[in-house]
Amino acid sequence: MLQCLDLNIFGLDILQSLLALNGFQVVSSNMGNFLRGTVLTLEITALSVAFGMVLGLIAALLKMSRYKLVALPGSIYIDFFRGTPLFVQILLFYFGILPLVFDANSFQAAVIVCSLNSGAYIAEIVRAGIQAVDRGQMEAARSLGMTNVQAMWHVILPQAYKIVIPPMVNEFIALLKDTSLVAIIGAEELTHQGRILYSVTYEAAWIWGAVALIYLLLTRLLSMLGDYLERRLATE
Amino acid sequence: MIKVENLYKSFGPLQVLKGIDCHIAAREVVCIIGPSGSGKSTLLRCVNQLEKADSGKVIIDGVELTSPQTDINKVRQQVGMVFQHFNLFPHRTTLENVTMAPIIIKKMNKAEAGDIAHELLRKVGLSDKDDVHPAQLSGGQKQRVAIARALAMQPKVMLFDEPTSALDPEMVGEVLEVMKNLAQEGMTMMVVTHEMGFAKEVGHRVLFMDEGIIVEQGSPRQIFENPVNSRTQSFLSKVL
Ligand SMILES: Nc1ncnc2c1ncn2[C@@H]1O[C@H](COP(=O)(O)OP(=O)(O)OP(=O)(O)O)[C@@H](O)[C@H]1O
Ligand SMILES: [Mg+2]
Repeated sequence: MLQCLDLNIFGLDILQSLLALNGFQVVSSNMGNFLRGTVLTLEITALSVAFGMVLGLIAALLKMSRYKLVALPGSIYIDFFRGTPLFVQILLFYFGILPLVFDANSFQAAVIVCSLNSGAYIAEIVRAGIQAVDRGQMEAARSLGMTNVQAMWHVILPQAYKIVIPPMVNEFIALLKDTSLVAIIGAEELTHQGRILYSVTYEAAWIWGAVALIYLLLTRLLSMLGDYLERRLATE
Repeated sequence: MIKVENLYKSFGPLQVLKGIDCHIAAREVVCIIGPSGSGKSTLLRCVNQLEKADSGKVIIDGVELTSPQTDINKVRQQVGMVFQHFNLFPHRTTLENVTMAPIIIKKMNKAEAGDIAHELLRKVGLSDKDDVHPAQLSGGQKQRVAIARALAMQPKVMLFDEPTSALDPEMVGEVLEVMKNLAQEGMTMMVVTHEMGFAKEVGHRVLFMDEGIIVEQGSPRQIFENPVNSRTQSFLSKVL
């Protein structure tokens, strides 16, 4: 078809030579794999951030406790997962710790490790958010007779969440990129799809270029969502 | 109603309360005056245990707050506190600020809490501000909402820590008026204040604090017209 329409226009020439390239064909004919990988990447990220929020909230509250014995586990958890590389955490849990507990597949392991990791970062975000709420708020709530937990839940956290959302979006973006590391244990997310395709076609530039482009697209979308949320909260 | 016995409190090396004794009868209004840093706020905060005293006792209505067995949340429900900077909950409306504690703590239903809140807001002269957020209120209005919020728990005692110090002068009157009405209804009140006029007119007794002790106390007349202690005299000569 395109050959018949060959009008010797420069642009069409390029298009034609593109289509003839093996790398382009590899990428375009395997769009399904990239798509499946992207969906899995998003799943791992979303689940991990969701679990991470719960873990992070708990860890933050533990760490802020007046009682050393309560605060210590929170601190140890946060320090460990922020102080060691995610890559090492993935290897440690998938090959070392999880097999002792249950027979986790690579997807489950990916979600567990990424949740624990993002929980530690989210804990520090939440803690900063809570501490940014005026001390007088806690005092007013306590003076009315609320328990510490009631005051946290009804007074402090509803005010902290606005402060927390922008850094939380950043954490979301960071985690999305970091999930590429779980390719090492064979979770079939985006980077893993790239590895498989590469191992049979050797079209490195095309494949990794496409993978990078998809990550870029996802992170741009997330940061636009973050900007939107921030603007919404500012006008509230 | 309120008994404070031999209360000591330090922040690190700084001793702020050095043996405070005072008894406040039911329906009594006690005003606390004294220079900045003398420990007035700390004393109030020890009374409802926002600050833990190092030693000494606080007893309210027969319950010893300083004993470890006491459920402090239970007692605080009966001790209202009004802060210099209002400390309203900015994420909630005026009405919700008042209904929140009864709903959460007393498990009161929304309608009943709403009725009580409306009555209290009317009493402080703010019946038309239900759905407004604190940010849209003037300072005087904020403080009146804060008083209504504290009253919603039906406390036996009210503590005021410089409730008018953060207000523009033209708003001081409306808040003092509300406090005066409260006093006339028989509320037991401890009021830290720089409003000597209020202390004279509404206070039954005035305590003068300096450097962590109650230096002198007596009827407003006695304190303002015939202070005995030289520190009281020099403080009053500066503020009056
Ligand atoms: N949480 C705290 N940590 C350390 N020092 C404190 C704390 N709270 C109060 N202080 C110190 O204790 C002293 C007494 O403070 P307090 O607030 O009771 O004084 P005050 O009489 O209320 O003064 P003002 O009229 O300025 O409110 C001050 O020197 C103050 O700096
Ligand atoms: Mg003070």
